[in-house]
Amino acid sequence: MSRVPLDPRTAPTFQQAAKTLLGDAQLRKNVRHATDVIQAKRRKLVEEKQDWQQLRESARQIRAHSLQHLDVYLEEFERNFTRAGGVVHWARDAREAQSIVVGLVKQLGANEVIKIKSMTTEEIHLNNALEESGIRAYETDLAELIIQLGEDQPSHIVVPALHKNRAQIREIFRKAMDLPDLGDKPADLADAARRFLREKFLRVKTAVSGANFLIAETGGICIVESEGNGRMCLTLPETLISVVGIEKVIPRWSDLEALVQLLPRSATGERMNPYSSFWSGIHPGDGPQTMHVVLLDNGRTDVLADAEGRQTLQCIRCGACQNACPVYRQTGGHAYGSVYAGPIGAILTPQLMHMDHSQTLPYASSLCGACYEVCPVKINIPEVLIHLRNKVVEQNGWYAPESLAMKAVAFVFRSERRFRAAQRLGRIAESPLVKREKSTFPILDQEEATKSGWIGWLPGLLGGWTDTRDLQAMPKETFRDWWEKRGKA
Amino acid sequence: MRVALFITCYNDTLFPSTGKAVVKVLERLGHTVEFPAGQTCCGQMHWNTGYQVEALPLLPRFLSQFEHAEAVVVPSSSCVAMMREHYPLMAERIASEGGDASLPHRVAELLPRVWEFSEFLSKKLGLTDVGAYYPHRVTYHASCHGLRSLGLGDGPTSLLKAVRGLDLVEISNLEQCCGFGGTFAVKNADVSSAMLAEKSRAVLNTGAEECTACDNSCLMHIQGALHRQRTGVNTRHIAEILAHTEEDELDAVQAEVKL
Ligand code: SF4
Repeated sequence: MSRVPLDPRTAPTFQQAAKTLLGDAQLRKNVRHATDVIQAKRRKLVEEKQDWQQLRESARQIRAHSLQHLDVYLEEFERNFTRAGGVVHWARDAREAQSIVVGLVKQLGANEVIKIKSMTTEEIHLNNALEESGIRAYETDLAELIIQLGEDQPSHIVVPALHKNRAQIREIFRKAMDLPDLGDKPADLADAARRFLREKFLRVKTAVSGANFLIAETGGICIVESEGNGRMCLTLPETLISVVGIEKVIPRWSDLEALVQLLPRSATGERMNPYSSFWSGIHPGDGPQTMHVVLLDNGRTDVLADAEGRQTLQCIRCGACQNACPVYRQTGGHAYGSVYAGPIGAILTPQLMHMDHSQTLPYASSLCGACYEVCPVKINIPEVLIHLRNKVVEQNGWYAPESLAMKAVAFVFRSERRFRAAQRLGRIAESPLVKREKSTFPILDQEEATKSGWIGWLPGLLGGWTDTRDLQAMPKETFRDWWEKRGKA
Repeated sequence: MRVALFITCYNDTLFPSTGKAVVKVLERLGHTVEFPAGQTCCGQMHWNTGYQVEALPLLPRFLSQFEHAEAVVVPSSSCVAMMREHYPLMAERIASEGGDASLPHRVAELLPRVWEFSEFLSKKLGLTDVGAYYPHRVTYHASCHGLRSLGLGDGPTSLLKAVRGLDLVEISNLEQCCGFGGTFAVKNADVSSAMLAEKSRAVLNTGAEECTACDNSCLMHIQGALHRQRTGVNTRHIAEILAHTEEDELDAVQAEVKL
């Protein structure tokens, strides 16, 4: 069941991956359908909240405040979690986190773990690391199970198997669970998964999870979910190991009030998460008797140090920006070459990777602003994208072909005289490409109408435009020419 | 009122008819129109593509051209969004890097007087009927910047509904991006085209003769697909529709007959 995880270091550029995925009609249909359904549910439940905008603002403030005093709250969490009988580990990067988890599992003498859905463990490729050490990991979240059994990759942070439809899931289960007669009704599939998982729940003694929030005041871990598989992992096993990004801490229990209203509504269009679990330390006879939290940095403190990029860490991983994003909706998640897809992935991945290996992601957006509009913690994603684009440009240096062109155009814009000369030059340069035709529509300026021309092919960097689109030729007279003539008349 | 026009580099070069239409509407409403000749570009393309250093000098240039205007009217929602969202940041950056320290203040002074064209008519002047006549079936595309950054709401459609003869038909995916996004259309041409395909299909499904918007950049994109597919459906900036009158219609018909 091993698979090659999505890794920005080896992934193709966004453009290349997108081109391939755009050819997959089934995948695009599945993504379209799923995001349509979730968006409609979200819209309905957001509309019924009169104070949605105030809620968003308080959540933004809570998250921004937490990040501003992250050191204080992390230490407070560590104190309280330790006092309650848990053990805190600090991991600087993915490798450290992997070896801490592997080490803990080995210490227990275990060779298998059950897992609660966790993007953080996907981020550090934990399943592969466990497998290399001879430890088998079983995903218990239904979508993650589909991904794992299908040797696939998650394509959405909340609904990782959203790119698969029911027939495809049935095929995966049929093969992996050896159930040749499996039906394709939702109940059949749920039943198959339940049988498959129940045996794991009862047998495996160690669970690995992520977390939605860490609560500093109580030393608590909060995990919210829809299926109850997570809660099974939180109650049955003897040991719980949670791998959590350091940005997930919030100061107080009462901060959850806003957050647990915003998260399920934004994520899956539910008023409340069916299962909300809060754990703080060890309680004899109840739940796991050994608890570890691995606090993962993996690039986060560097993001924190960047005043303009910092807001990225406010994210509560609801996935609303993915569902709303017209780019994500065309390509699905795999084009982003990372476990974090869509708008949040486009800003998070490059920053976690220190701007290496994921340079095309900040450009994987038309800056339409749909992501910012839905984000429950008001992360201004377009603003961060623009900030990251600036970093890419600085990294690529002035000698990149695009950079030279952009500099030349900027030089032109700094003078009216040069701008006018460029307008004239542009007309001359494009003229061999222009096909003249009689305009088919009534236009104010009849003289122009009869001479309107079109360009159906452009060279070089601009060629992408004319693959599917024509371009109207430049009119003979610019506005400023007309304005001057008019003044003289 | 004395209105200064910022026509934008894009409209000046590629869509002069939009500028002409803006002049016509404003003069018909009794305003004095000026065109500060030193204007070039707001800097949007450079800023949004990551060339911030290149965009910065365009800000003081814009200020010096428009600072003294009573009102600045711009027939492009994305250029106005650029100014409102990023000029304060740009001014801060220039000032903090040892440049002109007065810029942040001057930007804050000017911005409340900068209006997108339809916004100027509906919000500043409080108009819905601007005396236009346009006997065609038209659908309206809410460009992302007009919709989300400027919050134009139903301002533009109220203006269109008041145009005599105009039959306004609603598009099914009003809030969806057409896929232009400036350099995005070139850098991610395949995804951009896929987004455009959805938008142009929705335009065709309305049965409209024309698609209008407050931004020629979206319209150029949509027109690119409509023309490639030889649909016969066209795009037109909202200013041109609002400029059109009964007399124009007569002229157009006569010209058509002569051709
Ligand atoms: S960026 Fe905002 S919308 Fe996107 S996943 Fe994070 S919290 Fe949700």
